[in-house]
Amino acid sequence: MTSSAVLLQFLNGLAGASSLFLVAAGLSLIFGVTRIVNFAHGSLYMLGMYLAVWLSGRIGFWAAVPVATLAVAALGACIEVLLLRRIYRAPELLQLLATFALVLIVRDFALWAWGPEDLLGPRAPGLAGAVEIAGGAFPQYDLLLILLGPMVFAALHLFLTRTRWGILIRAATQDREMAGALGVNQRWLFTAVFTLGTALAGLGGALAIPREPASLGIDLALISDAFVVVVVGGLGSIPGAFIAAILIGVTKAFCIGFGYSKLTLVAEFVVMATVLVVRPWGLLGRPQGVVRGTWTEVPLARISKRGVVAIGLLVLLLAALPSLPDQYPLVLATEMLVFALFAASLHLLMGAGGMASFGHAAYFGIGAYAAALVFLKLHWSTGSSLFAGWAAGALAAAIFGWFCVRLSGVYLAMLTLAFAQIAWSIAFQWDEVTGGSNGLVGVWPDSWLASRAAYYYLVLILCGYAIFVLWRMAHTPFGYALRASRDSPLRASAIGIDVRATQWLAFILTGSAAGVAGALFAFSKGSISPETLSVQRSVDGLVMVLLGGVHTLTGPVWGAAGFTWLQDVMARSVEYWRAAIGAAILLLVLTRWRLSA
Amino acid sequence: MIPKVLIASILSLVTMQTFGQAVKIGELNSYKVFPAFLEPYKKGMELAVEEINAAGGKVQLVTRDDGGTPGDAVRVAEELITREKVDVLMGTFASNVGLAVSNLANQRKVLFLASEPLTDKLVWENGNRYTFRLRPSTYMQVAMLVPEAARLKKKRWAIVYPNYEYGQSAAASFKKLLAQAQPGVEFVTEQAPALGKIDAGAVVQALADSKPDAIFSALFAADLQKFVREGNTRGLFRNTTVFNLLAGEPEYLDTLKDETPDGWWVTGYPWNEINTPEHRRFRDAYQKRWNDYPRQGSVVGYTAVHAVAAATRKAGSADAEKLVQALKGLEMQTPFGPVVWRSLDHQSTMGAYVGQLARKGDKGVMVNWRYADGGKFQPSDEEVRKLRKE
Repeated sequence: MTSSAVLLQFLNGLAGASSLFLVAAGLSLIFGVTRIVNFAHGSLYMLGMYLAVWLSGRIGFWAAVPVATLAVAALGACIEVLLLRRIYRAPELLQLLATFALVLIVRDFALWAWGPEDLLGPRAPGLAGAVEIAGGAFPQYDLLLILLGPMVFAALHLFLTRTRWGILIRAATQDREMAGALGVNQRWLFTAVFTLGTALAGLGGALAIPREPASLGIDLALISDAFVVVVVGGLGSIPGAFIAAILIGVTKAFCIGFGYSKLTLVAEFVVMATVLVVRPWGLLGRPQGVVRGTWTEVPLARISKRGVVAIGLLVLLLAALPSLPDQYPLVLATEMLVFALFAASLHLLMGAGGMASFGHAAYFGIGAYAAALVFLKLHWSTGSSLFAGWAAGALAAAIFGWFCVRLSGVYLAMLTLAFAQIAWSIAFQWDEVTGGSNGLVGVWPDSWLASRAAYYYLVLILCGYAIFVLWRMAHTPFGYALRASRDSPLRASAIGIDVRATQWLAFILTGSAAGVAGALFAFSKGSISPETLSVQRSVDGLVMVLLGGVHTLTGPVWGAAGFTWLQDVMARSVEYWRAAIGAAILLLVLTRWRLSA
Repeated sequence: MIPKVLIASILSLVTMQTFGQAVKIGELNSYKVFPAFLEPYKKGMELAVEEINAAGGKVQLVTRDDGGTPGDAVRVAEELITREKVDVLMGTFASNVGLAVSNLANQRKVLFLASEPLTDKLVWENGNRYTFRLRPSTYMQVAMLVPEAARLKKKRWAIVYPNYEYGQSAAASFKKLLAQAQPGVEFVTEQAPALGKIDAGAVVQALADSKPDAIFSALFAADLQKFVREGNTRGLFRNTTVFNLLAGEPEYLDTLKDETPDGWWVTGYPWNEINTPEHRRFRDAYQKRWNDYPRQGSVVGYTAVHAVAAATRKAGSADAEKLVQALKGLEMQTPFGPVVWRSLDHQSTMGAYVGQLARKGDKGVMVNWRYADGGKFQPSDEEVRKLRKE
């Protein structure tokens, strides 16, 4: 690269970093005060884009930007008052689920309101052209963005350090109970912060339209970028987010400039994994203060006698399923069982282990790929291939888990996500071995298992046994040690429990169970592609566990079955089925939380 | 009223003799993931079903959303096979979904007519007895552009494509075919941004830095829009000719509006200018039925349903094995003219229109276009046999 090319790529990186910073700053602010991981932040950004495109056709681009920003902010305020306010004291993950439901609803709303086509906004009037920099043309508008990032940063910084509101926000970020005790009205503080955060998302979206068309997939694409920036910078730290945005923006631009464009798929996750391994709280983050007065966990109950009888009856019923004339229930039940095992394994890690994993699909997918590969390339039998899936899941979890157990909370979750994304991008790009984006096809079970009924019995036996083992685990000495490590790492180590080793073992155990589930999944579908270890699959797993209830022993299994069934039925009969699933989740979250509270 | 009903029922009795066989099509597609392409596609299918049934045919169409992932799609296909008891599976968009369903069709011995997916593997490396594909494959569309590219005698080529199988195989085929047609050609840089996440400014800059004479691009949808706007602003296209797969399809071209770059060579579908009788008839019927103009997807959906109906008529049965035999070598009329379903690899010879982009008012159009017959842009039969391992 010539020096002028280096300069231009650096400027490109800064322009990208600015828009990333706007979104990440809002997310970080919201998390800092409310402790809500706002999954819907990307959706609000998307709404900002659509609104700005729509409005700029009517009132012009420069007027559309503030109007769209205010409209999104108003919506944010409504979401906070009507929904989030009711669940602040709910377990963190339930809040995550609620914001995820919003993602589904907002996406279908945008589809309904603006149609399926990508909408490219107008160029910014007055800044449509390019200026000559170092012998190359550089868009004027990008220069504006480069200036805007630091300006917003400075404004936020002044606001947080020099105004009364800012001081209150910082106080609440450090210790919201204490701020409340000193007479700060938390309700309005939370509403204000959430509104400010969503306004930043809306502004980011509105400012993006001259560079990028408004499209329906942008919500999830953006939220993962923004999460990465927030975590790399340190949760709740605005300066951290600023530095992280620049680090990631510039890294990506240079990946492209130096001809390694394929790396952009994974660059940000590599950066995140590296930062988290070296600095467990992000670049400028600090260990989070303990939030008091939230939900405390009741110890997991054993299954009652009546429960045992009911489960026994259910198993008998499932065993009789193949005698139905209709074969489809077998297909559906096979999938439900596979996901039940997947959810049960995630649950042991999240529930008893207290380690929320955003990347559990990695073990599922690696198990699936391992089974498919030894089956196709080495011609192993179905049984040995399933065993390979089990072993591969355990091995992957051993490697990833070794790093992850050194962190906790959201940082741990994000590191699991980073590893899962790295695994995904390897599966996606390593054509010769994994078949690239197309994946591997022809993974059908041996002939004696080929019929739907035979394979179903195999899945029933294996998944049933594995789920039973996972359930048992919660009440073994290992399970008790794991729960002790979660509830009080300090006291646990004082009585001689090796906390990290226990948690690491939990990773390996649940990873192996997810690996078996993945291998069974591969053989039930006949093919396997990178989506089996995508973020979406991990999120599905989280939704299953949370729907069923983290704090019950058997809940996640019902959650998995219910979610699979719901998806199957909804997709067939309701046009806006994503929104319908979102609404169902919201309803469940609100009623469940009220019931258990 | 009564005489009309009578006439209709007599007519249908008569035509039942001719068309005889009923067929139930189970269609699955990623309607929520690629709505811009698939809503016109669905309209095309429905128009075809209405036409066939009004003429006394008995086509029943069941459509499903496949969720956009291979795993979900396989479950949906199983539902269509076991519960709906469909005779034919049809549809899918993304290549990985198409391959997964094709593989299931082979396992369950059901005919699968892949309407949209472009991957070469569907009919070659992973081709099977039960899978047929309608649209011109990635290879074919690239091959259609190569003669023009070679004619320009440009020496330094830059390549940009979305980083997944479609883009990778488009780039590989282009390099191979152009190097054959124009020995000594140089490929100076290759950019493969993630699908849907192109960092357009940086990519345009990197392309400009390599000082190419011409660019081959396989970008589409949002990536294409971003690329075009950045390229226009930064003057990348001023002295370089660009070849872009698919960019002439209304689904993608219409979104470029007044940014449409002049003179790009593309494959696509100039719907308002094709005035062959068969296309005029289709366009009129479509506009009358839907009060909207047809897109590329409309033609694909329409033709796919007609293909199944034609195969059923020829087979006189909806049995999978007989349908496979009937589709092999089937000749039929489409809005793009006659096509043949090659018995060699189950690929239809449906072609595409090759032409140049131009701006007309604030809209993009295709000019200097010609129809490229899909049958003429194929590798040799031996090569295909080798790939299919037959």
